[in-house]
Amino acid sequence: MLRNSLKALAIVGGLIAATPGAQAAGESVAIPDAGFSFNGIFGTYDRASAQRGFQVYQQVCASCHAAHLLSYRNLRDLGLTEAQVAAIASQVQIQDGPNDEGQMFERPGRPSDRFRSPFPNPQAARASNNGAMPPDLSVIAKARAGGANYLYALLTGYEDPPAGMTLGEGMNYNRYFPGHQIAMARPLNPDQVEYADGTPATIENMSRDVSTFLAWAAEPEAEERRAMGVKIIIFLTLLAGLAYVVKRKVWANVH
Amino acid sequence: MASGLHNSDIPNPVLRWIDQRMPVFTMMQKEYGSFPTPRNFNYFWNFGALAMVNLMIMIATGIFLAMHYTPHTSMAFDSVERIMRDVNFGWLLRYVHANGASMFFIVVYIHIWRGLYYGSYKAPRELLWILGVVIFLLMMATAFMGYVLPWGQMSFWGATVITNLFSAFPVVGEWIVQLLWGGFSVDNPTLNRFFALHYLLPFVIVGVVFLHVVALHITGSNNPLGVEPKGPQDTLPFHPYYTAKDSFGLVIYFIVFAVLVFFAPNYLGHPDNYIPADPLVTPAHIVPEWYFLPFYAILRAVPDKLGGVLLMFGSIAVLFVLPWLDGSPVRSMRFRPIARIAFLLWTVAFFVLLWCGGKPAEEPYVTISRFATAYYFAYFLVILPLLARLEKPLPLPESIARAVLGGGPLPAGAAAKPMEKA
Repeated sequence: MLRNSLKALAIVGGLIAATPGAQAAGESVAIPDAGFSFNGIFGTYDRASAQRGFQVYQQVCASCHAAHLLSYRNLRDLGLTEAQVAAIASQVQIQDGPNDEGQMFERPGRPSDRFRSPFPNPQAARASNNGAMPPDLSVIAKARAGGANYLYALLTGYEDPPAGMTLGEGMNYNRYFPGHQIAMARPLNPDQVEYADGTPATIENMSRDVSTFLAWAAEPEAEERRAMGVKIIIFLTLLAGLAYVVKRKVWANVH
Repeated sequence: MASGLHNSDIPNPVLRWIDQRMPVFTMMQKEYGSFPTPRNFNYFWNFGALAMVNLMIMIATGIFLAMHYTPHTSMAFDSVERIMRDVNFGWLLRYVHANGASMFFIVVYIHIWRGLYYGSYKAPRELLWILGVVIFLLMMATAFMGYVLPWGQMSFWGATVITNLFSAFPVVGEWIVQLLWGGFSVDNPTLNRFFALHYLLPFVIVGVVFLHVVALHITGSNNPLGVEPKGPQDTLPFHPYYTAKDSFGLVIYFIVFAVLVFFAPNYLGHPDNYIPADPLVTPAHIVPEWYFLPFYAILRAVPDKLGGVLLMFGSIAVLFVLPWLDGSPVRSMRFRPIARIAFLLWTVAFFVLLWCGGKPAEEPYVTISRFATAYYFAYFLVILPLLARLEKPLPLPESIARAVLGGGPLPAGAAAKPMEKA
């Protein structure tokens, strides 16, 4: 049995191990592990960091990047109160309608509204950004190999280009961006935001916070998922033990 | 068969009343209760039952996902993320369904490997095997169309690459491609028909699985020794022996499944599929899902488009005629020392192709793919037919019971216990 189980395991293992090959290779730099609290089996999102990250998103990123899959009410998951969420939502004007006269109108946002996008359509977004399209950030942490580690690396990876490299017009050098030429100018500068909790707004801190926020935005279910997974794996392990004992008992008389 | 009420011996009067008029309980008892099953199965014989359970899981989760999914190019991506965020346990449904596809292929690949190693495709089980290959093809079509539905970048570009393959066929190629697309490019009509077919095909699979099981219950199962049971001493009733053994295997399968779903739900996916489909931006490297990579590698190993397509389809088609390519009367590789090594090398070639399929189409991967492809086909078309004539198999045990319970000549390949002492 051991031999066969090992064989079976080797096959499953081989299938799984062989697949990272599916990640399309490209000339890109290895992404360092930024040591986020939420990576790992029992990881949870650092709420304070994610709240600061939302502040960075709101005050910096949101002027170009949409996150249209998120609703303001989702922010309650980050530990904000009902009143705080309502206050945040009411700061933006949302187009609604048509009303009884057939007119579209603007109203203050509600917690049930999706995050307002900075541009009405992709064409407007490109027109305002030198032809480049700022991607929607709702699931960006799932949409990039390396996830939050990549986002942190990208935000802290702005450097002077190496000698001899000429950048395209309007392009910026980034150590971690595939191809190293990125249209987005360095988005974060020291003390760009003022954190209410007194955390120094260094580029590293802001990058870490906004990466945490975006990781949560992409996988808001991650904590619930892992907690459920732990329970289910424990249950299944016990069940496997029981099933094995039953199997032995049933087979005891035929050998 | 005479008509009239069935002579039922079910004790419960209500069930007996039904059974007399429609003997489903008698049939279940015959096919899954007392069904004589070789007593020497190892755990590789769990994977048929696992595949059946997996199919049920896919259909159950799929039906609920379809209630929340919108098959429109402008809404599909967002509707999938809405399932992840706003539908109660929607993330669980979707991750079970997405990883269930991977689990299905893992299970079925092991199931097929088992059939190849123990010669389950040989007479009298040829039709059983052929029906299995049909199921495999239907699974591939279903999985491919399912991967298109989230309408991410890999969905769109995978659909574009794979549907374009059909254009390689002369005369009818263009027509087939336009039929698949429902137009002149992958667009909303494509998504709509893929959704309809993705919902339909699993039920076709259920039908063929039914035939697969019917054929199985005519010939009976093969076993690790590959010798037919000669009498009751060689078999055990399916219940409780194999229901108990399958139950244990099933829980282990659930553990592997749960690890993927709860702790690495996107590990087997591609990050690019979380970027909404954009016909104007081609990803740097278009790769299919991992379970298609061996066949993708075969496709790319051939410099000619039509040749590559034919070879890729040929890699499955060859399985249909395998029962007639391998003329050796000995089923189990335990008694075929040379074929055994040749087959293990084939297994290596399969993994090499899987690995190459995920790499860019450049050296050295192309050359490696070519060698592995050559061996993949050589095993079926040259090695097996030759070995059927040249190889001297080891002596077969007299019967399953003699081999399992002692007394018979134990073959070298099965020096360890053919049946684990559980």
